[in-house]
Amino acid sequence: MSKGLFGRKIGMTQVFGPEGNRIAVTVLEVGPCPVVRVKTEAGKDGYNAIVIGFGIPKAKRVNKAEAGVYKKANLELSAHLREMRVSAEDVSQVEVGMILDASAFSAGQTVDVIGTTKGRGFTGVIKRHNFHMPKASHGTHEVFRHGGSLGTNTTPGRVVKGRKMAGHHGNERVTIQNIVITAVEPERNLIVVKGSVPGPNGRLIWIQEAGRKAGLTQ
Amino acid sequence: MKLVEYVQSGHLRFDLPEFRTGDTVRVHGRIIEGDKERVQIYEGVVLRRSGMGINQSFTVRKISNGIGVERVFPLHSPRILKLEVVSSGKVRRSRIYYLRALQGKAAKLRRID
Repeated sequence: MSKGLFGRKIGMTQVFGPEGNRIAVTVLEVGPCPVVRVKTEAGKDGYNAIVIGFGIPKAKRVNKAEAGVYKKANLELSAHLREMRVSAEDVSQVEVGMILDASAFSAGQTVDVIGTTKGRGFTGVIKRHNFHMPKASHGTHEVFRHGGSLGTNTTPGRVVKGRKMAGHHGNERVTIQNIVITAVEPERNLIVVKGSVPGPNGRLIWIQEAGRKAGLTQ
Repeated sequence: MKLVEYVQSGHLRFDLPEFRTGDTVRVHGRIIEGDKERVQIYEGVVLRRSGMGINQSFTVRKISNGIGVERVFPLHSPRILKLEVVSSGKVRRSRIYYLRALQGKAAKLRRID
């Protein structure tokens, strides 16, 4: 079954590997996620998918129409919803009201984690595009974090499209592909992955089976 | 942060003896060279202990062939097979960096028995 679950980034720490090497890991709280809706090819939706929820919303954020969906399924309200396509075989195993949890994943598996990076606001080119800083000495004045020249002279006489400049940075959806799960504990809704995950601690993330596996040694 | 602490807890070790800055310790370290494995004993004075939880580490200074050598060990590392406290020195601060500037007899710490 193609799997995906909501979770939260809890924080980073390090653990020791089998050879005593230190591994940076991110601790994620994943699930429990109720199945809110099941769409089937035979049904009126015309394709196979499941909608899963996560989190507790403020009551006023849910309108009556939405609340009705949960009531019909006899479920708690969810703050976040997401639909994922599944195969015909998988959709037959799932029914509305089922709770999916971290046990959908296992240690050693590779996954993709989707999250929103920390917002950095309007940012200069040094931070945003990793430009080098100009010389700070030898007569430099007033231009310590400027990007330098934007282009050439009369030809082409304009700034080329796509020129890297200052602007909004961060608060952007990012997928980290193929990170390895080092530990799973469904009782604690805990998944530990190797390496980092976008966003600040506490931010909502989506974890799913790795989409592409080529070119990896793991 | 509770889940983070829980993840760490499986990797902490409590089998090492207590020691402080100023103590002379023998660290039995596992050294992996290619496919061979051996134990190296490193003995010296603890200059400092630093960090919290799983990040805890300590620095051991010794004089090797007349040259001062300092090594930093992660306290909870499985590469430390054994740690022995040889003697305890009397120190009045938690980080005895002043030892670096001293040589010979001056670099000796008064022992507490």
